[in-house]
Amino acid sequence: MKRTFLGEFEEVVLLTVAVLGEEAYGVTVTQEIEQRTGRGVGFSTVHTTLQRLEEKGFLSSEMGGATAERGGRRKRFFTVTALGRKALQEVKQIREELWAAMPPQTLQLMGG
Amino acid sequence: MSLKKWREDDLNELFSERLKSVGLRQARWRYTKDVLSLMRPSLIKRQPRDNPRLSLFSTDMLSNYIKIAWRNLIRNKGYSFINIGGLAVGMTIAILIGLWIYDELSFNKSFQHYDRIAQVMRNRTVNGETDTRMGLPIPLAQSLKTSYGDSRNGGPFKRVVLSWWTSLHTISVSDQVFSKSGKFMTPEAPEMLSLTMRRGSRAGLTEPASILLSASLAKTLFGEENPLHKTLTIDNTMTVNVTGVYDDLPAGSSFADVQFIAPWDLYAASTDWVNEAKDDWTNTSFEVFIELAPSVSFADVSATIRNLLVGKTSADVARKPEVLLYPMSRWHLYSDWKNGVNEGGRIQFVWLFGLIGLFVLLLACINFMNLSTARSVNRAKEVGIRKAIGSRRQELVAQFFGESLLVVTLAFGVAIGLVFLSMPFFNQIADKQMVTPFTNPLFWVLGAGFALLTGLIAGSYPALYLSSFRPVAVLKGAIQTSKSIATPRRLLVVLQFTVSITLIIGTLIVYRQIQFARNRPIGYNRNGLISMVLNVPHYEKHRETVRNELIRSGAVLEVAESASPLTEVQSTNGGFDWAGKDPTLQINFGTIGISHEFGKTVGWTFKQGRDFSRQLASDSLGIVLNESAVAFMGMKDVLGKTISWNGNGFNVSFHVIGVIRDMVMDSPYEPAQPSVFFISPKHGQFLTMRLNPTQSPQDALATIGDVLKEHLPAAPFNYTFVDDEYDQKFRTEERIGTLAFIFATLAIFISCLGIFGLASFMAEQRTREIGVRKVLGASVLNLWGLLSKDFVFLALIGFGMATPIAWYFLHNWLQEYTYRTDISWWVFAVSGAGALLVTLLTVSFQSIKAALMNPVKSLRSE
Repeated sequence: MKRTFLGEFEEVVLLTVAVLGEEAYGVTVTQEIEQRTGRGVGFSTVHTTLQRLEEKGFLSSEMGGATAERGGRRKRFFTVTALGRKALQEVKQIREELWAAMPPQTLQLMGG
Repeated sequence: MSLKKWREDDLNELFSERLKSVGLRQARWRYTKDVLSLMRPSLIKRQPRDNPRLSLFSTDMLSNYIKIAWRNLIRNKGYSFINIGGLAVGMTIAILIGLWIYDELSFNKSFQHYDRIAQVMRNRTVNGETDTRMGLPIPLAQSLKTSYGDSRNGGPFKRVVLSWWTSLHTISVSDQVFSKSGKFMTPEAPEMLSLTMRRGSRAGLTEPASILLSASLAKTLFGEENPLHKTLTIDNTMTVNVTGVYDDLPAGSSFADVQFIAPWDLYAASTDWVNEAKDDWTNTSFEVFIELAPSVSFADVSATIRNLLVGKTSADVARKPEVLLYPMSRWHLYSDWKNGVNEGGRIQFVWLFGLIGLFVLLLACINFMNLSTARSVNRAKEVGIRKAIGSRRQELVAQFFGESLLVVTLAFGVAIGLVFLSMPFFNQIADKQMVTPFTNPLFWVLGAGFALLTGLIAGSYPALYLSSFRPVAVLKGAIQTSKSIATPRRLLVVLQFTVSITLIIGTLIVYRQIQFARNRPIGYNRNGLISMVLNVPHYEKHRETVRNELIRSGAVLEVAESASPLTEVQSTNGGFDWAGKDPTLQINFGTIGISHEFGKTVGWTFKQGRDFSRQLASDSLGIVLNESAVAFMGMKDVLGKTISWNGNGFNVSFHVIGVIRDMVMDSPYEPAQPSVFFISPKHGQFLTMRLNPTQSPQDALATIGDVLKEHLPAAPFNYTFVDDEYDQKFRTEERIGTLAFIFATLAIFISCLGIFGLASFMAEQRTREIGVRKVLGASVLNLWGLLSKDFVFLALIGFGMATPIAWYFLHNWLQEYTYRTDISWWVFAVSGAGALLVTLLTVSFQSIKAALMNPVKSLRSE
């Protein structure tokens, strides 16, 4: 089965966009990742990843109206496409299968 | 690099957030890091456009372009006419000149061995000046073959042909006589000239009693009958059989007037002096042509045969004779010789006319560009709108090039029509027989390429300029077109004036030069003088009867014979000696044998001494010199002195009886050649008659014809008027003059069209300004001056530039003539004033029209 490879960071970004729902744009995505992972993420890294995901068809974007909050600046909002959701599902499923396939003693060793 | 706006906004928002959470320093540091790391190729590269691209040549856009172009043409009929008309006239001239050049360059090319044939020439040095001549001795032809071998034994010559000059001969068939020009040549001539035989074969000259006729002569002589094996007589002495008929040699060839070719041996056998010359190296009266073997070059062979004449005769040693080859490819265009070197000739006219053609075309293109740029203001809005709704620059460039190509194509169509219509007229002026080569694909390819080039040149300025307009500026109406393009437009107008005025000056000078030479005293009275060729054996038997009968008939005042026609010295000789002669002086006198009445007939005038007289028997050894000869000899008191002439096998002592004023017999632009006139022991080749002025020429000619038919039936009465012959000498210059006049007129016409268009456009642009000025009290004269002064200024600059250019070229041209007019200042003044006047007339029409307009009308609109 031909599938698009989803890198680790890509997966994180994609998930974050999904989490943020309608409020996902460059700044919120960056901040959300920083908060959730506790690691400092460069805007450029996030931005490039968003761009790449859009090119791969996992994300779609749309220019949002200027809001007073941003001083009339414009935002590009991202939403997860059907393909993106499918990719996320697949990744999750693979992980779950892998977890399920783990021998019980190993599971115990990991403190699960 | 362009960061998209939203990216920048994101960064700024992030910065303000970080400012709150991590402080200014950290926020700044991270902002910088983010910006730097955003500079990656995947983000920098151009993003695809949001709207779909239209192909540059999609059919929708194409039809739109054509529609707009067509509407523009229709809406501005006046400008379209000026544009297309001017361009068409320019192209017509360029095409005509192109065809003329093509015709000139393909001269003689119809001969199969074009690049192998040469005429053998010789240089000789007389009094330090080297001249080059075609006349050669008969033994040279044989020597070429025997000394250097022919191509069958590895020698350089494939064929060597001895020939007598193309000249008029009497052809008689049964009781009809004709005077036709032809050649006597050795039997290999038909092969060398690759004659296309209609009947018989190229071997037709091997029998001495044979003749080859051109198709047209065969038709004249025998009508539709088969001419083969018919008998005819040449010059009433040589009876020959027709052994072949060849296709007429093309008009564009050096042998165009060879209507028949008869065998050399026949000519030698029936002409005593030719027969005597067959081993004589001193008699250089004959033509030799050669065809080279394929493997050798003219230069190499020229070098090997160079000294062939050295040591053959005693007289030649001092003259340093050199033999050289004159390739057929140079005969027509390079016919001038200077100091033994072949240079220049007609090729100069090819260059000159080519240049003029280019310039006239350039003028037409300038018009087109000027009008298009001037009118670009009106198209600016269209460009603005097109750009606003998404036209890219390339598309606009393509559109304007397309429009200019459309106009050029229309103009090309008109030009082809004009070429076709003006061809007979042009042929007449240029002395050509050209046809418009409608069936020649090369013509169309060249024509199309040429139209394309014109379209691109003419369209380049509007296309590149108009397409650069900024839509916002244009639509706001803020564009200052008049300022930004006025300078190049002025330059172009100046160029037009320069070319036109140069051509006017050129025309005036050429005509003045012709007039100058025409007004030169010619030393005899050429009015009412006719001349004919006399190919009658033993004319001396009929001489007295014919002369008496002609005079008795009242048609003729006097009749005389001469060895050369009045309009050409055909025989020159050395070997003259006199007491006190400078021994180093090398002599080359024109020698003209005449009958006693020659002077009386032509009306020469004496400076000293007297004319020949029949009453004085001693006059048969008298000699008359011309002024130039006396000056050359450097003698005072020449009358009664003895001059001896030592020739091949003869030695005569003449006593000088008179000195005449120089007669212009050769070029009217050159000083007369030193010449001597003496009573010829044999009858002359040319009969000259002075018509009786009390009779009408028609009656006189009819009477002469009758008298000759009765008393000299063997001679066809094929006469020419001497003044016509004399006028022939001016043909080349007159042709240049006429062509220069026509080109100058058309160049001015085209320039005027352009100026007219520009002036009317400017007046239109300034309608409201003029209205306001009138309301404020400006007079019509004021306004006229306002609108005209620009062009007058430009005309003056053009005049300033044309003057040195014209002076330079015409000065050089005039240097070629010994008798030449001076370039006087008034020619320039007249040309300048003329150009100014024409400009003023053209501009005034528009400016006065604009100045007379009712200001109420011009101010009411808008």
